[in-house]
Amino acid sequence: MSIILNNVSYTYGEGTAYEMQALKNVTLKIDDGEFIGIIGHTGSGKSTLIQHLNGLMKAVSGEIYFNGRDISEEDFDRKELRTRVGLVFQYPEHQLFETTIFNDVCFGPINQGFDKNEAGLRAFEALRMAGVPEKLYYQPPFDLSGGQKRRVAIAGVLAMKPEVLILDEPTAGLDPKGRDEILDLIAGMHRAKGMTIILVSHSMEDVAKYVQRIIVMDDGQVFLDGAPREVFKYYEQLEKIGLKAPEVTYLMHDLKNRGMAVDWDATTVEEAKQSILKLFQ
Amino acid sequence: MGIIKASKLVFEYIRRDEEGNVDSIQTAVDHVDLDVNEGDFIVILGHNGSGKSTLAKQLNALLIPSEGTLWVEGKDTKERENVRDVRRTAGMVFQNPDNQIIASVVEEDVGFGPENLGVPTEEIWKRVEESLTSVGMLKFRRHSPNKLSGGQKQRVAIAGVMAMEPKCIVLDEPTAMLDPNGRREVLSAVHELNRKKGITVILITHYMEEAVDADYIYVMDEGKVVMEGLPKEIFSQVEELKRHRLDVPQATLLAYELKKAGLPLPDGILTRQELAEELERCYVNYTK
Ligand SMILES: Nc1ncnc2c1ncn2[C@@H]1O[C@H](COP(=O)(O)OP(=O)(O)OP(=O)(O)O)[C@@H](O)[C@H]1O
Ligand SMILES: Nc1ncnc2c1ncn2[C@@H]1O[C@H](COP(=O)(O)OP(=O)(O)OP(=O)(O)O)[C@@H](O)[C@H]1O
Ligand SMILES: [Mg+2]
Ligand SMILES: [Mg+2]
Repeated sequence: MSIILNNVSYTYGEGTAYEMQALKNVTLKIDDGEFIGIIGHTGSGKSTLIQHLNGLMKAVSGEIYFNGRDISEEDFDRKELRTRVGLVFQYPEHQLFETTIFNDVCFGPINQGFDKNEAGLRAFEALRMAGVPEKLYYQPPFDLSGGQKRRVAIAGVLAMKPEVLILDEPTAGLDPKGRDEILDLIAGMHRAKGMTIILVSHSMEDVAKYVQRIIVMDDGQVFLDGAPREVFKYYEQLEKIGLKAPEVTYLMHDLKNRGMAVDWDATTVEEAKQSILKLFQ
Repeated sequence: MGIIKASKLVFEYIRRDEEGNVDSIQTAVDHVDLDVNEGDFIVILGHNGSGKSTLAKQLNALLIPSEGTLWVEGKDTKERENVRDVRRTAGMVFQNPDNQIIASVVEEDVGFGPENLGVPTEEIWKRVEESLTSVGMLKFRRHSPNKLSGGQKQRVAIAGVMAMEPKCIVLDEPTAMLDPNGRREVLSAVHELNRKKGITVILITHYMEEAVDADYIYVMDEGKVVMEGLPKEIFSQVEELKRHRLDVPQATLLAYELKKAGLPLPDGILTRQELAEELERCYVNYTK
C-alpha cells in the first residue's frame, strides 16, 4: 500500500478576491506502515494537504495515486478511499452529532454499507481501542470533556477499519495527561496493527518523541522531509519558517558550546538524559 | 483590593429535564478565592473540565456566580448595572475563535471593539494596524476572517481584544492552535502589553512553558484551586503536578530526571539556560 502525490497543487477561491494557493507542486510518497508527522506554520497547507490524501479535496493540478491507481479516474471508488484512509478533523467536536456516542461511532460503518450488527460490533471494538469508558457508550456525545470527545472522534474513524489513519492536531486543547494518552494510543495502534499514521502537530516535542519521519510544510510546499534527528538539525532554517527544534535540542547545543561533549542532535528528553549521564560515568 | 478579587466563588451548571425539574447539578467552580493585583501576569493551569473557562467567563460577567462574590475593579459582577464597566475593564479572548468573529473583513473585525467603545476613527485605525502587526496578521487585513486557517483566526481574535486596550485581558488558551512562532509572537505581544502598558493578564493554558514567566500561578482541579504560588514553587512539585494531570516544562522535566539519576541539581529549574548553567557547574566539579 502506498500513497503518491505527484506535483499536486490546490488553490482556494480561484478567480475571487481571496484567491489563495494553498498547495504548490507537492510531490510525496507515503509507504505502508509509516508513522509520519506533518509540521508547518499556521496556514502552510497541512489541513489542505491531508484532505487530498483521502480524496476529500480534489487537486487543481497534479496526480494522486492510491496503491498505484490515480484517484481522479472516473471509475475510482472515492467513497471507499475515505474509509481506507481515515481522517480525524482538526475540530472533531464538530463531527459529533448523533444522539449517543455508540450511534455516533456506528455512523461510519453503516454508511459503508454494513448491517446494524456488523456496524455495532465494529463500534464496540473501536470504542474499546480508543479507550472510551463503557459507561459512556449510551450518553450523548455533547457532554464529554475535550479529551473524551477526541477519543470518540478517533473511534468513529477506527470503526471503518482504515489502513491509514490521519489526525489533524489531535491533541490541541488537551491537558498534558490527555495529550500523552492520545499520543500513546496512536503509537500503540501503529505498533500493534502496523497502521500507517499521519499526525499533524504544532508540538515539535511531541513529533520528535513519536514519529519516524517528519514532513515540513512551508507556504504550500514541502520544505524538508526526513527523520526527526535529521530535520531538527536545520533548526535555524526551521525558525525562519515559524517553527523550531524541541527545547532539549537547543539545550544540547548550548552544552556543546560550553565544552561538554554531548549528542547535540538529541531531540527527546530520554535521548538527552542518556547522553548527559554518559558524561558523568 | 486588587483589580480582580474572588471570595468563595461557586458556579453551578444546572441541567433540567422537560418538566423543568433539576436533573443534575455540575459544580464547575467550587469555592475559589483569587486576588489579582493590577499589572500582574497570572497563569491558570488545570486539567480538561477543571473549571478554567467557567471561571474566566465570570471575570467578564458572561456568567454570574451562583455563590460567593467576584469584584472586577471593585465592582460586584452580580449587579446588573456593573456589567458594562466589568466588560470594559476585562477583555476576553475565547478558546474557540470561530465564536468571536463578527465582521466580514479582518480589519473591520479588529476595529469593531474600539468603535463600540467610542474611540475616534483615526485612533481606531492606528490601533488596528498596531495590534494586527503584533500578531503577525497585517498582510491579511483585507481578507475574510472565515477563510483563514485556525491559527490565523485566533491571532485576529487576539488583535481584536488588544485593540480595545482593556485594563485586564483574559486569554482562554489563546495559543492552542498556533505554530511555535505564532505562540511566541502572541505571548510576547501579551507580555509587552503587560510590561509597557501595565495591563493585567490572566492566561489560561495547557502549555507549561507559557507559565514560567508568570508572576503567580493558580492550579485548578475539579473546580477548586489546589495549588498556587510562584512558577519556581509550582514547577518544583513534579509528582504533585502529574497527579493533577499536568506536566512541567521540558527543561524542568529533564532536570528532574537527571536529578533522580544522581546528578546534584537544584529544584525549580525552569528554563534551558538555567539547566545549561547548572549542568556546566556539575561538570566542572566532576572533572576537577
Ligand atoms: N475555505 C478556505 N477558503 C479560502 N482560503 C482558505 C480556506 N481554507 C484555508 N485557506 C487558506 O489556505 C491556506 C492553507 O490553509 P490550511 O488550513 O491548509 O493551513 P494549515 O497548515 O492547516 O494551518 P493551521 O495550522 O492554522 O491549521 C491558508 O493561507 C488559509 O488562509
Ligand atoms: N454549558 C455547560 N453546561 C453544563 N456543564 C458544563 C457546561 N460547560 C462546562 N460544563 C462542565 O463544567 C465543568 C468545567 O468546564 P470548563 O469548560 O470550565 O473546564 P475547563 O477547565 O475550561 O476545561 P478545558 O481545559 O477542557 O477547556 C466540566 O465538568 C464541564 O463538563
Ligand atoms: Mg490546519
Ligand atoms: Mg476551557
